[in-house]
Amino acid sequence: MAFGPFLLLALIEGMVTAAVLSLAAVGLSLVFGVMRVVNVAHGEFFMLGAVIAWFVAATVPGPAWLAFLAALVIAPVLVGALAAAADALILKRLNYDPEATIVATIGLMYMIQQAALTFYGPDARPVPAPFEWRIQLPWFGTSGYKFFVVAAAIAVLLAVWALMTRTKAGLIMRATQVDRDVARAFGINVDRVYMGTFALGAGLAAVAAVLVVPIQQAHYLMGHDPLLLSFIVVIIGGLGSLRGTVLAALIIGLSDGVISMFFSPTLAKIIATLLVAMVLVFRPQGLFGARA
Amino acid sequence: MTTTSLFTPSRRRVLQGMGAGLMTAALPGHVFGQAAPLKVGFQLHRTGIGASYGRWYERTATAAATAINATGGIGGRPVELVFEDDATDPKRGAEVVEKLAGPGGVDLIMGTLFSHVVMGSAPRAGELKVPYLVCSEGYHVASGALNRWTLQPGITDVRSQISSMAPWVGANLGKKVAMFFPDYAFGHDHRDFFTAAVAAQGGEVIAQIAIPPTETSFTRYFPQVPAETEVIYHVMVGPAVLTFVKEMGEFYGTGARPQLFGFVDSLEAVDTATPGLEFLEGSHFWEAHPRVKPADAGDAETAYRAAVGVDDNGASVSDPADVATYSHMFSTWETLYFIKQAAESAGYTGPADRQKLVEAMEAISDLPAGPERPQGAMVFNGKTHQAFGVQNISQIQGGKLVKVHTTSMADGAYEDAVDYTTMTF
Repeated sequence: MAFGPFLLLALIEGMVTAAVLSLAAVGLSLVFGVMRVVNVAHGEFFMLGAVIAWFVAATVPGPAWLAFLAALVIAPVLVGALAAAADALILKRLNYDPEATIVATIGLMYMIQQAALTFYGPDARPVPAPFEWRIQLPWFGTSGYKFFVVAAAIAVLLAVWALMTRTKAGLIMRATQVDRDVARAFGINVDRVYMGTFALGAGLAAVAAVLVVPIQQAHYLMGHDPLLLSFIVVIIGGLGSLRGTVLAALIIGLSDGVISMFFSPTLAKIIATLLVAMVLVFRPQGLFGARA
Repeated sequence: MTTTSLFTPSRRRVLQGMGAGLMTAALPGHVFGQAAPLKVGFQLHRTGIGASYGRWYERTATAAATAINATGGIGGRPVELVFEDDATDPKRGAEVVEKLAGPGGVDLIMGTLFSHVVMGSAPRAGELKVPYLVCSEGYHVASGALNRWTLQPGITDVRSQISSMAPWVGANLGKKVAMFFPDYAFGHDHRDFFTAAVAAQGGEVIAQIAIPPTETSFTRYFPQVPAETEVIYHVMVGPAVLTFVKEMGEFYGTGARPQLFGFVDSLEAVDTATPGLEFLEGSHFWEAHPRVKPADAGDAETAYRAAVGVDDNGASVSDPADVATYSHMFSTWETLYFIKQAAESAGYTGPADRQKLVEAMEAISDLPAGPERPQGAMVFNGKTHQAFGVQNISQIQGGKLVKVHTTSMADGAYEDAVDYTTMTF
């Protein structure tokens, strides 16, 4: 295959990675930014989104797009509700202490994972795409659904951006992020903000999973890679910075696509990890993070 | 003066209690049992990446134990399986061996599938001097990498499986092969042995594409397949295999494409009629034990399916969506019968006879087909500790695997690489 088409394929693949990654990472970044909680269970919320999408696809009758739309609504709501419950029952009781919440979310990670193994099983199961549309280019074919994933991710990210900058809820969240004590002094119910933020972050991971599950499959161990990559993205982009997170997801996603296509996927992972190390050494606050 | 404490033991009470405890401990453990059971430890992939296999390994071994116990057990003793989860993890695997051989009090251990767990556990079994019978199909036993206590009597190793495929692939599908394989030991066996076997048939492997084991997206690898490729040989393991097939279908579309030949390892526990796998229609797979009951299957095959609870399509009789790991799980059945044969010929009575048991196993060579070996006849090589049997090639027709060819034992033969019988215990 010639260089041009090869690069095109690499870019398409990279865009899909970047789109899914940016959604998952924005969720992680929001939780860290507002709550200062490093959510190790974030990958499991992602996995739950995919597993719920499978259950919805298996139970909702009718065409595949209907089940997909249902999953796109049901999965984030359920996962968000679970996250809100986890916040009220666990994180709040730990007073959002950074060290304690890390340990608690590690525990949560194992609980969700093992619950999925018990109730969903060890098999990887496919979820049908909402539409089958294969694009035949002169050199190769690809799935039209992949372009839909990119478009949908952009739409969701725009919605999150609008929520954060154009609504009162976003204003309250940003106020809490800047200083929780002052926010409380101004009558903001910080507990509710935290609960909402944790649910929103988990819900975003679930949306990313519902979008990507027709390309991959639902499997109870699938949360590991998104968690790792989300951390990489969030560290490079700057903890708590949405703009930085999206940009870092683009960098990591596209470089992963191109490097793994022209060299090897292992090299792409090596470079991404090296980038994290470099950022931590030379710009610990990340590309767009505020200095702590 | 009265005491307010809830528990104030007097000297007499303490002595009474200690006495009662001693009496209880001295009670014989099995007052009513006629014969103590032969305890077979089973290192099980109940969780982790091998969990689909583990579920079926447990069912098959349990069915074999039930069948053996219904016909008099092993040397008049009932066989009892002691399952222990290793999380498909090599480090945990070694701990499971210790636990089963120590507090578990088992006579021997069997059942491990994933090669890395075998590699992590076998040395410990050798140190503890407990027979360790793997059901893994890896080449690690016959290669000489392990020890006198480790045997693989229930399934042909992957080197022999691969070698026996090359003549048919070269004659029927094509001579120029591009290989996709996972980038670790199991995949490297495929790479090395198939490349050599194809060359021996006058063919050539023109591309070797290694996939990292945790990969979830494959489109990026397809451009590496040269245009003149006649056959794509794929052996992918793990949850991402459906994606692999689907993306290959998207990449090539309905136009001209190379022939496909795969190892069913990719599709174990997966329904071949799953949406997204349409691209495999007409392609060929290696199977050790045909999942869909062949027309010429005998009584042993029918009895085995009934005992394990598998229907004629290779799925659970209680849930058609629960597809078996059919080309691997028979190894647990056949291994348990192999244990029975060796234990009875050795006159095995307890852990003191473990060395005698291994020597009796090494003396076995002929393993005829029958209820003990539903997959077919095997030959056990006592020197390499490895069993060899025939293999099958199936084609996906109408979403089902249909057997089209059975290899001969000679197709998979290779020279011995080790003589374990010369090693010390």
